[in-house]
Amino acid sequence: MQQCDFAVIGGGLVGSAIAYGLASQGHQVSILDEGDVAYRASRGNFGLVWVQGKGQEIPRYSQWSMRSASKWSALSQELFELTGVATQHHNPGGVHLCYSEAELASREVDLDALSQATDRQFSFKMLNHSQLHDLIPEIGESVTGASWSSWDGHANPLYLLRALHAGIRCHGGRFLAVGKVKEIRRNGESYVIESNHQTITADRVILAAGLGNRELAPQVGLDAPLIPNRGEILVTERMRPLLNLPTTYLRQTGEGSILMGDSHEDVGFNDGTETPVLAQIAKRAVRALPALANTRVVRSWGALRVMTPDGYPLYQASESHPGAFIACCHSGVTLAAAHAKCLAPWFAGAEAPSEITPFTAERFHVQTSIPA
Amino acid sequence: MFKRLSPPEATNEAVVTFHFDEQTVTARLGDTVAAALLTSGISICRSTPVSNAPRAPYCMMGVCFECLVEVDGNPNVQACQVEVRDGMHVHTQQGARRLTS
Amino acid sequence: MITHDLVILGTGPAGMAAATTALEYGITPVVIDEQPAAGGQIYRALESTPVRDRRILGEDYWSGESLIKGLKDPQIDYRPATTVWQLTRQREIGLLHDDKAEMICARHIILATGAMERPMPIPGWTLPGVMTAGSGQILLKSAGAVPQAPVVLAGCGPLLLLLATQYLRAGVEIAAILDTTPRNRYRAALKHTPGALRNASTLLKGVGLLRELRRAGVRHIKGVSALRAEGSGQLERVLWKQQGDDNWQTLETPTLLLHQGVIPNTQITRAVDCHHEWDEQQLSWRPRLDEWLSTDIPGIAVAGDGGGIVGAKAAAMQGQLAGLGAALALDKLTLANSTERAQPIRKALARDTAIRPFLDVLYRPAKQWRLPDDDTLACRCEEVTGGEIRRMAEMGCRGPNQTKSFTRCGMGPCQGRMCGITVSELLADANQQSVEETGYYRLRPPFKPITLGQLAKAAEEG
Repeated sequence: MQQCDFAVIGGGLVGSAIAYGLASQGHQVSILDEGDVAYRASRGNFGLVWVQGKGQEIPRYSQWSMRSASKWSALSQELFELTGVATQHHNPGGVHLCYSEAELASREVDLDALSQATDRQFSFKMLNHSQLHDLIPEIGESVTGASWSSWDGHANPLYLLRALHAGIRCHGGRFLAVGKVKEIRRNGESYVIESNHQTITADRVILAAGLGNRELAPQVGLDAPLIPNRGEILVTERMRPLLNLPTTYLRQTGEGSILMGDSHEDVGFNDGTETPVLAQIAKRAVRALPALANTRVVRSWGALRVMTPDGYPLYQASESHPGAFIACCHSGVTLAAAHAKCLAPWFAGAEAPSEITPFTAERFHVQTSIPA
Repeated sequence: MFKRLSPPEATNEAVVTFHFDEQTVTARLGDTVAAALLTSGISICRSTPVSNAPRAPYCMMGVCFECLVEVDGNPNVQACQVEVRDGMHVHTQQGARRLTS
Repeated sequence: MITHDLVILGTGPAGMAAATTALEYGITPVVIDEQPAAGGQIYRALESTPVRDRRILGEDYWSGESLIKGLKDPQIDYRPATTVWQLTRQREIGLLHDDKAEMICARHIILATGAMERPMPIPGWTLPGVMTAGSGQILLKSAGAVPQAPVVLAGCGPLLLLLATQYLRAGVEIAAILDTTPRNRYRAALKHTPGALRNASTLLKGVGLLRELRRAGVRHIKGVSALRAEGSGQLERVLWKQQGDDNWQTLETPTLLLHQGVIPNTQITRAVDCHHEWDEQQLSWRPRLDEWLSTDIPGIAVAGDGGGIVGAKAAAMQGQLAGLGAALALDKLTLANSTERAQPIRKALARDTAIRPFLDVLYRPAKQWRLPDDDTLACRCEEVTGGEIRRMAEMGCRGPNQTKSFTRCGMGPCQGRMCGITVSELLADANQQSVEETGYYRLRPPFKPITLGQLAKAAEEG
């Protein structure tokens, strides 16, 4: 039987960032990963390190995203020095494209409210067509303008995951391909985790299994009302540099491919792709950058986002099961630095970061409580 | 490098003329661009976007995507899947493709 | 979207036979093929080849004439030069023809997309001048083109020997055949001779090819155990070692043609997520098929080499079977009727494929031809080496999907066609688990690159 201080269930971006944070602080960590064909949201990620527009309803989320964005460069550098893997993180600012004056105006109102709610920590600029054209010479005529924020950037989520895995190993952490975790039970002060291939005991257990948390959370007195939400992404052949900053649904990767897509589909556990959706994504991309019309799509994929009922994360310590925690969200790239540098210390005994207090499951229970 | 068992001119077959980079190339009507290049002493059709290494047709059946060239301004075309046409302009595919309108 | 009764993909022997069989039972199929002319790779360019001397390509090649004639029946909606970029489990098919994309639908589909050559990742295999034996044969058939300078053929398998004799008959100078068949294989294959004798004509043809090469005095180097291609910027020389000899031997040549047998082209069956299994005998993946060659997806069948390597003759027989299966599925035949009609075909098929175990054992590629060493590229497109794949296994990657996402292996323009089987086998070997457990790339559309503009239009008209 394997024994460790921390068992992190889930080797995706959320679990890996946390495990990296813990391992780099000297804790003994094992990541329990399902394997090659898990519903891996981290492999279907678009790769934005993004702040603008997030947290409209809960400004603390905007602050949490900013906390992470501000730590991203340092994390990326640290991982590169440790593992030799570059995450391709760039922070040139990012734009959200608008297609009418009305859309631009309403975008400005929303972002301004967000800026106010964060005591102007979040900042942005509105760009008209010609200002946008200066940033992106290939921009289509039908794009009226955009909002721009210096907070935004992008990275390669696949290399981030690889760097985190390598980093965990450098710090003595273990990566265990255990298959599906079946059961977590308490045994005295520690936890026994039964999986398809192995049994592991750990002092603390962190649920970071994405959609898999639904079944695991109740076993440690937690609740994870998560729903899959499918996003489909198209990727083109490698192109010479043409888009030097990310937009909300188009970005050029370090290799030169253009990534596009922002579909939100409620299709249960179906992570396939559908032609009409792919065609719609293609159409939107060509509308934004008409010169892309002759560019070839070489791959597409669908991936399931991990969504709570309100779309915000879930971070919680179990009251009934001390030492058991849950962490899930759909912004594993943006929040990677906060997860590694702020959340991991909390799991190891430090104060909880102030930004995350609203993100317990209790917020979903308000409606269901019956007055006496 | 390849040669023809019998030159197209000798067998009264229709001949087309096209351009590869700065060269003028003669081929048999019905040849793929890849076959036409290989029988004209042209042994390299592209450089890779990863390391700039030279590459040439490899499988000739559309599987390997090694024979990418630019055909009439259209980048990353599989030379083994396109037939030559009279007056066609074929260029070496240098690394990642450019944007075309 | 127009719905057709039957759509057949591919016009090799399986696809053509399936089409004519279906027509016999009143089904008018749509037949899609990527090439401008029918015949698949085996009968490629049969109607237009400049190789007029029939002796060069041999009678087996010319025997494809009748199948091609059958396909030309005006009732068959044959669409050449058409690429398939999408197939869904609901049997919607995305087509691309003349730069225009469209979607059609089918009640029944027969995939007859054939085989591809097994990758043979030796050091230097990406150098210009190194090609496959299959490509050499395609150049011969379709353009009457042959190597200019003395050529080196390396590897093993029937196609390699066939090409050598075709070259010989065409007067092409062969510098050497570097035969990688391990020496002990002949003995191992012997125990399958009784089965092989049920298909004596094929066996004799093989013996005939070898005799023809020997008589002509072609340098045939047996027991080659290591091979590398070298040159600066393009191939200049080939180096090899023979079993039991530690010295490298060298030949200067500008053309090296590699061959290590053929494997099913499973790109489409994978993308539509049919159940696949690892065939340890043939060392390749194939879709699981029932007695009518149907996959586990309703209405999608596979005929010919795409469902496991059987060879051209057997592929045509499977095409007939799949055609009967289509007639059954589309209610043109009762089960009793189709079963009765299938019986002689099944019998002939069993006889023809009885030679397979013999060939599979004799030409089973040894490990060093399947698992590239640390410095050799496994993925030609993204230039990922065997060593990098092994490092990923050390890092905890159990399968090709995590490996792909960490290394970009399989993400290039060939969409994993050239490295898929290599990566599965490398990871299985490094992780000491079966290839079956290791799995394969999860593939998705488009199967062939399609432009954003074409894709956007496809949906509008669908």
